[in-house]
Amino acid sequence: MSDMEIMKDAGNADDPDALMQAIPYCRYLGIRAELLDGALRLVMPFAPHLVGNPLAPSLHGGVLGALLETAAIAQVLRELKPANLPKPIDITVDYMRVARNAECRARAHIIRHGRRVANVEAEMWQDDETKPVASLRGHFLLGKE
Amino acid sequence: MDDFLATWRERVARTLASSPFIAAIKAEIPEAADGRARMRLPYNPDLVGNPDTGVIHGGVITGLLDHSCGAAIMSALDVPMPMVTLDLRIDYMRPAKPKADIFVDAECLKVGHEIAFARAVAYQDDKEKPIAYSSAAFMIFRAGGLKVEKPA
Repeated sequence: MSDMEIMKDAGNADDPDALMQAIPYCRYLGIRAELLDGALRLVMPFAPHLVGNPLAPSLHGGVLGALLETAAIAQVLRELKPANLPKPIDITVDYMRVARNAECRARAHIIRHGRRVANVEAEMWQDDETKPVASLRGHFLLGKE
Repeated sequence: MDDFLATWRERVARTLASSPFIAAIKAEIPEAADGRARMRLPYNPDLVGNPDTGVIHGGVITGLLDHSCGAAIMSALDVPMPMVTLDLRIDYMRPAKPKADIFVDAECLKVGHEIAFARAVAYQDDKEKPIAYSSAAFMIFRAGGLKVEKPA
């Protein structure tokens, strides 16, 4: 599938999950996308290969970072519809709580964007949306129009 | 002392390799000693972020940078301690090339009583052309005991 086809799928409000299915690493992590009152939500069910520390036990910080980065990219695609997949310029991930071996949910919003760059914030939680587990702030390159 | 060091290094290596995520993506930790760690990730199509170009997902690099910073800190400790990432900043210098292994070199900058700092660089065939730089802060738990919140 080409970039353009992925973009069309990503922009298709009826099937926000198409982008997740098109990206191998999102399939590998088991990330799904759904719409909740028109807003994009990512869901990552628990799977044994996501565990970082088997003793705590807890999910790997890198997996949480990937979920947040994917949420940010998916939100940019949906809202700004750039011609190519947005590329991360820099990201900062803050870890607030230990991620238990359970399902994770994530959402993102665009704080500001111009023609070339978007500043995006994403956060993820487990059972309680008011208790964030990790958050991301980053800049993404939108690519040439 | 040499025996102690060898046992300690083996223990560090075992702890680092015991992460199911790191094992699942088949990342290797060939070196972790004296506050420095190196990781290697063989190219794997399952980890691709852009199916058009075959380039590895940025989130995979995030995982490697996070783990290698933790590995560098762990190798700098004199007794095993649980630790968690507090924050991780990544600057992406250039996209990874498809079908090439990714290497990460990390170094521990400081181990404090509660907090430790590390930085890392990710690259492929040429370390002078890095894919990403990263700096991270970790919390370390000297008394042991890592609080995991129970669901409500």
